Amino acid sequence: MTTVPTPLRDIAKVVRSKNAGPFEITLDIVFKTHEDFEAVKKSGVITKELVSELYNVPTQSIITFGFFDLVNAVKITLPRPRPQGGVGETDMHAAQQHVPLQEVCVPWAVS
Amino acid sequence: MAASSNDEIRILTPSGMLGYGFPVDHFRMGLALKPHAITIDSGSTDSGPQKLGLGEMTCSRESYTKDIEALLEGQREAGVPLLISSAGGDGTNLHVDVFRDIVAEIARRRGWRLKLAKIYSDVDKAHVSRELKAGRIEPLGPVPPLDQAEIDAATVIVAQIGAEPFNRALDESEAVDVIVSGRAYDPSPTAAMAIRAGFDPALAWHMGKIMECGALCAEPVGRTVMGWLRHDHFEIEPLNPAERCTTASVAAHTLYEKTHPFLLAGPGGMLDLSHCKYEQVTDRRVRVSGSRFEPSKHYTVKLEGAKTSGYRSIFIAGARDPIFIRQIDDILARVIAGARAYFKEVPEETYRIIPHLYGKNGVMGDLEPVKTPAHELCLIVEVAAATQELATAICNKIRTSLMHAPYPGRIATAGNLASPFTPLEIPLGQACEFNVYHLMKIDSPTALFPIRVEEIA
Repeated sequence: MTTVPTPLRDIAKVVRSKNAGPFEITLDIVFKTHEDFEAVKKSGVITKELVSELYNVPTQSIITFGFFDLVNAVKITLPRPRPQGGVGETDMHAAQQHVPLQEVCVPWAVS
Repeated sequence: MAASSNDEIRILTPSGMLGYGFPVDHFRMGLALKPHAITIDSGSTDSGPQKLGLGEMTCSRESYTKDIEALLEGQREAGVPLLISSAGGDGTNLHVDVFRDIVAEIARRRGWRLKLAKIYSDVDKAHVSRELKAGRIEPLGPVPPLDQAEIDAATVIVAQIGAEPFNRALDESEAVDVIVSGRAYDPSPTAAMAIRAGFDPALAWHMGKIMECGALCAEPVGRTVMGWLRHDHFEIEPLNPAERCTTASVAAHTLYEKTHPFLLAGPGGMLDLSHCKYEQVTDRRVRVSGSRFEPSKHYTVKLEGAKTSGYRSIFIAGARDPIFIRQIDDILARVIAGARAYFKEVPEETYRIIPHLYGKNGVMGDLEPVKTPAHELCLIVEVAAATQELATAICNKIRTSLMHAPYPGRIATAGNLASPFTPLEIPLGQACEFNVYHLMKIDSPTALFPIRVEEIA
């Protein structure tokens, strides 16, 4: 079986970011099937260290990081870079902060 | 009011947000299923701190009036209570009274009599100060600890209402038609109705958690949703026949805008959904069981508050010249340094200059992984200062300097910016900032939240 590096945006059903309250940002990756979820989990690409690098957050500050079987999803919650909606805000709803995550490539089986 | 039978309570939620409008035909289909209550939330911090900071509402009074009139028609027809939470978005006393006035205006115009209960949730700042001194207030998540200066600076502080005050409002007086509440934990109205009827609080909170967003748990996402809560499970179904709840869509709903997918903290305890079972009952309806609720050792409520933090002005301009765009960071740094020198009499720490460079990193700032700018940029320069006049003056200085700034290799010597709008500097008014987002221990779940019942004729 050969694999090619494939971005999450071509694999997942949902990759999104949003505020979880005014002081946190939460990222969801929801997969189409349990098999896809397991394959991405097994690839070992999505780690706290990767999140730390993509979002410039120390690993110990990550609030939630996990693969959740029941919903075939990865959930990541981080402190917001600044409280929502204050001076210097660039994304009131934090709705467009998912892009670095969706561009992450995992080795993906091709037939 | 239709008494809930011993083995089932039915709740109808027409929409996830009061004021956004909802499909009346789907609402009427829900009414035909004989709900025991209609619940609808209007709260959110998501659109920003300016609501709490400046007393603004999420939607216009006109939109609220339209929605509330349709809800009241349904309420009267069904003869069941209508529970509206977090009036105006922030749920301040001011907005509870606005909603009360809207209900009264409609009732007067339509010739209706009804009994309305208001639940207020503004918390006296002196009370917050006492509780802070007593060590009963903690940050909620990555928030700085509260101090007296922030309490003083907050325009208003609200606490999130749990289930108990809603039930007290229903007990207070016979046949309450409408409850308008201040800031509430979004699931509280639905959970309150179910807990009051004797059902499992874990299922009640879980069903409330899903229904407060309307039919967001459906595929495709929709507005109007119905919940049937029984003793060991609940069922959920959207009213729009084009939408369906699936086990996946309902299970995944608690991911949305939440810190954790299965652990949801609320007033009085923690909802744990990690052992839930989701079953497809029909192709559009899902049954949920296995929710758990762990009461907290000490009842806490979430406090929310925001303060104003000076005034802002911006200018918006385009840049297209590749020679300019290549050097944008250096040019801006020079121009900003020049503006700061020009306003040397203004203490540096009292104002901020923040460039937003769309086409480069306007959305993600330093986190932007793409380092090559686009062929054209939209520059928005934000200036925050103590007064509107000063913010505009600094903004003007930066814009005019940037327009004419020399830079190496410049051949377009007439001007560097393409300005689309007048006024060239745009005053934005007061800036706001969330500064209270903390948990406060309380001894009684109802004592903080005054209830007033009145007859409206």
